Amino acid sequence: MSVLQQREAGARAEGWRSDAASSARVEVQGLYKAFGSNLVLKGIDLELTPGEFVVIVGRSGCGKSTLLRVIAGLETQSQGEVLIDGTPLRSINTHARVMFQDARLFPWKRVRENVGVGIKTDWQSRADSALEDVGLLDRAKDWPSVLSGGQRQRIALARALASRPRILLLDEPLGALDALTRIEMQDLVERVWQEHSFTALLITHDVEEAVALADRVVVIDQGRISLNISVPFARPRDRASADFIEVREEVLRQVKAG
Amino acid sequence: MSINLTWQKKAQAEFEPAFDVSALREPVKSPYLQVGRRIVPYLLPAATLLAWQIACRSGYVAPQILPSPTAVVLAAEHLAHTELWADVVISTKRALLGFVLGGSIGFAFGMFNGLIRAFEELFDTTIHLTRTIPHLALIPLLILWFGIGEETKVLLVAMGVFFPIYLNTFHGMRSVEPGLVEAGRVYGLRGFSLFRQVILPAALPSILVGFRFALGAMWLTLIVAETIAADSGIGYITTNAREFMQTDVMLVGILLYAFLGKGADLFSRTLERILLPWHPNYGKAAR
Repeated sequence: MSVLQQREAGARAEGWRSDAASSARVEVQGLYKAFGSNLVLKGIDLELTPGEFVVIVGRSGCGKSTLLRVIAGLETQSQGEVLIDGTPLRSINTHARVMFQDARLFPWKRVRENVGVGIKTDWQSRADSALEDVGLLDRAKDWPSVLSGGQRQRIALARALASRPRILLLDEPLGALDALTRIEMQDLVERVWQEHSFTALLITHDVEEAVALADRVVVIDQGRISLNISVPFARPRDRASADFIEVREEVLRQVKAG
Repeated sequence: MSINLTWQKKAQAEFEPAFDVSALREPVKSPYLQVGRRIVPYLLPAATLLAWQIACRSGYVAPQILPSPTAVVLAAEHLAHTELWADVVISTKRALLGFVLGGSIGFAFGMFNGLIRAFEELFDTTIHLTRTIPHLALIPLLILWFGIGEETKVLLVAMGVFFPIYLNTFHGMRSVEPGLVEAGRVYGLRGFSLFRQVILPAALPSILVGFRFALGAMWLTLIVAETIAADSGIGYITTNAREFMQTDVMLVGILLYAFLGKGADLFSRTLERILLPWHPNYGKAAR
């Protein structure tokens, strides 16, 4: 019996989530990243426990997207380490899926083929169940070009979910949506995260979005972490409550201070 | 009564600037109007043809200068019963052979140079240097080397086809959106599956543009080559006809080239529709 199976068996016996292995631990240690002479990340230390939802907030150009891209394995760090379950990341992060700001659907694949991309076994039924999760199963046979912006992002979310990733990296995926669609998407992201229990890292510049979704909010300013606080409120969160507003204002103050 | 009614309606409209839903309905199209619209584009060609026929019949234009349309049709009919098809077949064969030869080499170079930086550095400059030579300028040299045999024509067509295919394939491979390649990598595609599922489909619209240009270059090159250096084929028919002042036969040859060119164009459009169903400009998604 492998360690993993033992852990799963133990988890079942103790009545925990039986899919405890469906999320990964991410450790970022002393991370530096330079583009030429431009130092973008200046010593980032961050840990995401399995199943945790961490949101990174910061002004544009603060390095938050670069951090996500290093964790995804799309950029190589200049110094420091990224550990996934204790193993240093060397190339593309196969445990992680990324949702980008633009949906980046493949225009030449129908919705179902887009969602099932890269899945080796049983891709059709997995794509369909992911589409059902985001409520767009009826668009499975459409071309992406006929969908609205909000629908495209939901398809992108389904694509990210279909391969059952242990880490989901969200790079400002809701930034370009209108206010109402955005709130709906936030609820959807929260729901699928609760269902699938992956480790989530969301990048945003929207402080309210951060406080609504995060177990922990991290503020990055000029390549350094300037705030790292946990948000212990029950879900779904009441955005009008005094506690919520207090935390939101604190984070906003910190972002502005930069 | 009717005047009264219109006035009433007018008055109503003035007092009630309410939204008239019936105005939204599409105007009823009369069948005559629809047929008329179909006919309009062909009015000018028909008139030209008629004027041409009349000018020839009245003896205003000598048949040696320009034969009448009916004479051309008769010449075509006569040719169709004799040598025409054999010549059409041989011309098409040359065209296709040259196209496959030049096209596949152009595609291979375009693909590798577009994908692999080292290949580009090695080959691209040389290819662009040779591009400055008009391939038709090589006809005398090729005749010297190969005579007026098949090699001359096939090689010329291949050269004419190579560049549009090469340039557009290269451009297609280069202009693949990096974000989509990145998304492909994040979603577990690499190596050949990344090429097949992301890079090739992204480059395909551009490749097909090259394909269409290449078909044009193919016919053009073949016409010139067959006119100058051939003892069979459509071009040979027209050149031969010139020797005997058979203007009607020459016109048949010219029209044949036009039909073949149109057929090639139709083929490439169909190919675009089949291969790019997702593309808003070509496929069924274009609504």
